[in-house]
Amino acid sequence: MPRKYGGEYDVAVVGGGLLGSAIAWGLGRLGKTVAVLDEGDIAKRASRANFALVWVQSKGLGMPAYTGWTVRASQAWPKLAAALQQQTGLDVCLQQNGGFHLTLGDDEFAQRGQLVTRMHNQVGAADYRMEMMSASDVKKALPLIGPEVSGGSFCPFDGHVNSLRTFRAFHAGFKAFGIDYFPERPVSAITRNDSEFRLTTPGGEIRSEKVVLAAGNANQALAPMVGLFAPMGPTRGQIVVTERTMPFLPHPLTTIRQTDEGTVMIGDSKEDELDDRVLKHPISGVMADRAQRMFPHLARLNVVRSWAGIRVMPQDGFPIYDQSEAHPGAFVACCHSGVTLASNHAFDVARMVAGGALEPELVGAFSASRFGCEGATNNSGY
Amino acid sequence: MFRRSELDHRPSVQIFVDGAAVAAREGDTVSAALLASGRDVRRLTAVSGAPRLPYCMMGVCFDCLVTIDGVGNRQGCLVPVAEGMQVELQKGKREIGR
Ligand code: FES
Repeated sequence: MPRKYGGEYDVAVVGGGLLGSAIAWGLGRLGKTVAVLDEGDIAKRASRANFALVWVQSKGLGMPAYTGWTVRASQAWPKLAAALQQQTGLDVCLQQNGGFHLTLGDDEFAQRGQLVTRMHNQVGAADYRMEMMSASDVKKALPLIGPEVSGGSFCPFDGHVNSLRTFRAFHAGFKAFGIDYFPERPVSAITRNDSEFRLTTPGGEIRSEKVVLAAGNANQALAPMVGLFAPMGPTRGQIVVTERTMPFLPHPLTTIRQTDEGTVMIGDSKEDELDDRVLKHPISGVMADRAQRMFPHLARLNVVRSWAGIRVMPQDGFPIYDQSEAHPGAFVACCHSGVTLASNHAFDVARMVAGGALEPELVGAFSASRFGCEGATNNSGY
Repeated sequence: MFRRSELDHRPSVQIFVDGAAVAAREGDTVSAALLASGRDVRRLTAVSGAPRLPYCMMGVCFDCLVTIDGVGNRQGCLVPVAEGMQVELQKGKREIGR
């Protein structure tokens, strides 16, 4: 099936979700010939469960480098949004006027306060000015909050984007850059002969000088084929979507956002997903209940859709970027926050892949070597 | 555009459309009554503001959204009229608290 380049590409990107698309687009922007090998429509696409936040606050507790990487992504997003709009005419509706995490009741407020203090005290983390706000201060910015809201935290770097349009813009950009996108091409084997990789797919073999594994949870199986290691597993995420309503939410929240078109999305934040007490309840019920305690008028709105999706989660929750020592030119990239980090993937990771080496000062902390010896890990399979 | 059949002898029901009295018939849906009223009953869509009329009349297209008795985004084709019902043509997105 190879089209333009006779099956020979500078880079084959395995995975056409948000992460693979961002890296492929970035490589195309640098003039590389790129093939994107994607699965079909019924693939378990982690990108579909995204909540479209470009989110900084509370990221990186336990890994200061992740805080810096996230702040960098947030700051590079306007450049990405502008480049996509200029190239494709699509406005991805990036809004970065700060975001809230609201708390219900005194206990949650105290816990959030402790988290903010721990983030501030973390040595080596970028300061992103996350601060606690009282309920009355929150009410000045979000006048429709309900009486149970005890306050919350605010971070001026936080924002959100229209993630569906971002995805579409990347794919429109593929065309403009001459990137070959191949659906229905799950990769079953990767071998290396001399200086080129050969990727086996149901539609024929693709050959490339470099390969980037960006296949979400499938990276776990693909990485060992090229001497890499990606310990991870899927988690489930749920999203509830309401009918469109007049704008009422000028800032995104960790769990509620209103899109540029008026839809209200209710999701669960990363923190909540890791909280197994929440997972024991019917999740959407809890999500919807919390949302209407935060904004009582939401109780009147009809829910038009709700879905669960599989999300990517590296074993320790932080991204993995690595390059193969045994097979130079093979890279792996996995992360949970594919929307937030899309700008870094499009600009930084693409530049590193094109140049043939990851830059340790930017992504050294994210090597899979942090998990210890490759064989020794026991995959939790979560 | 629409005319009532002469064979239709159902009792009449009065509803109000944007405050104006409109004669409907018992058993009409709100959308049927609006279309039969002869008035301009186009709503405006939530995102682009395009004008729309009820289309499928069976609950699947959502092109009939109206505010009924103060509740926005109701499907007019699924709600039977009732005496004194207040119908407002919805211009754009559902309003907060309605
Ligand atoms: S006219 Fe189609 S849903 Fe009412």
